[in-house]
Amino acid sequence: EALEFTPAGQYSTSEKKTPCDKVTGYNNFYEFGTGKDDPAQYAHNLKIDPWSLKIDGMVEKPFVLDHASLTQRFSLQERIYRLRCVEAWSMVIPWIGFELAEILKAARPLSSARYVAFQTLYDPEQMRGQNSRFVGGGVDYPYVEGLRLDEALHPLTLMAVGLYGKTLPEQNGAPIRLVVPWKYGFKSIKSIVRITLTDKEPPTTWNKLAPDEYGFYANVNPKVDHPRWSQASERRIAGGGLLSRNRIETQMFNGYSEVAPLYKGMNLRKYY
Amino acid sequence: MAFSVFKRPARLTKLQIWVGKCLAHLLIAGALVWQFVQGFSDNLGADPVQSLLDFTGQHAIHLLLFTLCLAPLARFTPCGDLIRYRRMLGVYTFVYALAHFSTYILFELQLNWPLIGSELVKRPYISVGFAALLILLALAVTSFNTLRKKMGKSWQSLHNWVYVAVVLALLHFSWSQKTIWAEPIFYWLAAFIILLPRMQYALRARKQRQRRRKPA
Repeated sequence: EALEFTPAGQYSTSEKKTPCDKVTGYNNFYEFGTGKDDPAQYAHNLKIDPWSLKIDGMVEKPFVLDHASLTQRFSLQERIYRLRCVEAWSMVIPWIGFELAEILKAARPLSSARYVAFQTLYDPEQMRGQNSRFVGGGVDYPYVEGLRLDEALHPLTLMAVGLYGKTLPEQNGAPIRLVVPWKYGFKSIKSIVRITLTDKEPPTTWNKLAPDEYGFYANVNPKVDHPRWSQASERRIAGGGLLSRNRIETQMFNGYSEVAPLYKGMNLRKYY
Repeated sequence: MAFSVFKRPARLTKLQIWVGKCLAHLLIAGALVWQFVQGFSDNLGADPVQSLLDFTGQHAIHLLLFTLCLAPLARFTPCGDLIRYRRMLGVYTFVYALAHFSTYILFELQLNWPLIGSELVKRPYISVGFAALLILLALAVTSFNTLRKKMGKSWQSLHNWVYVAVVLALLHFSWSQKTIWAEPIFYWLAAFIILLPRMQYALRARKQRQRRRKPA
């Protein structure tokens, strides 16, 4: 379904975009299986209308967004972002969405709120990975993620409802997902049903599963290796066969240096 | 020592063995070449490098396990001639493992030598896989009949390292996954079942040796 949006502006990169079929055919969405092509194969039956996204917790005005208001309540804009997966591959994706800050401001966070917790839909009947430990990679569902409030309010932090000019395909996290371009891809939680403001650091799925490999912050950082592989470089998936020389150096914060002040004085080796 | 549960042996003629080998070459070598051709022309999904790594790695393990099936199959089925396919499959295991390693070096790390060096040393799951490859290399280069005769008894002790290679290869496979609840668990189970007759045999042989050592 086509969307109306303002074209890409100051926050977008001009790098070569990853072809649409690669963005929609190569996904990590363990709710539909651990293979990269499982989501494209099994997610199309996910029922996204009706949908309900609840914003609650430490806010003055909790509210619920239904399927129509996801694309209508806030004005949509295109953001062409680099996406860096923790597995050391990357893409350039033209998302369509609005800033998470708009949702949060509408809900008016209490002054005591310090973190934002996110939750993916839990529906084992629709999501085969939630039904079986083997299909779902042993993840404890529902998938949960979190950001510090100042990270959540940063203008780069996007709630995406579309890509390549159209509404999100199910395998990319329809009907609404988070996109935090300076963090590893697993932070950008898909198919969100709940956003809760809280005063404590919320648990996050991959951190619970392997705390020594995946931290709460998960900022893209070429100097801090994953225990099993280097994060100093990445392969950019852009098209072309085996011979495309696509290994590039990984940039601090995935090249989004404007977020550096958020982490001033923090030891990013400890808070990985 | 070998016994057969079937009375009548089913022998294969020279022609049948030859045809079987030709078909196996066509299938195993053909599949590998085809995958690489598809990879070069960008027809292997979004990330042809990852697809090739998965294809070569998983099939190297399939071939290794299948190679190890042949001895018990030759012993417990009427067709002892199956053993004559073992060397070919063993060598193909090495070829697939080498293709896996080459894909990693050439297309994943793209000949970034400092990175290749540090990954081989610093990452246990890569080191373990590399060790398995070295074992398979040693087995492949000593697979010729002339060499086998020359080496005498030491040939068998060298080739018993294949059991170490299985364990290392499966460790590499398991370790490469993000979670423990993944396919490799089934491969460990399969390997255990395939190696069970050998373990029983080894245990029995050991007991017999101990009995012989006791004074009458």
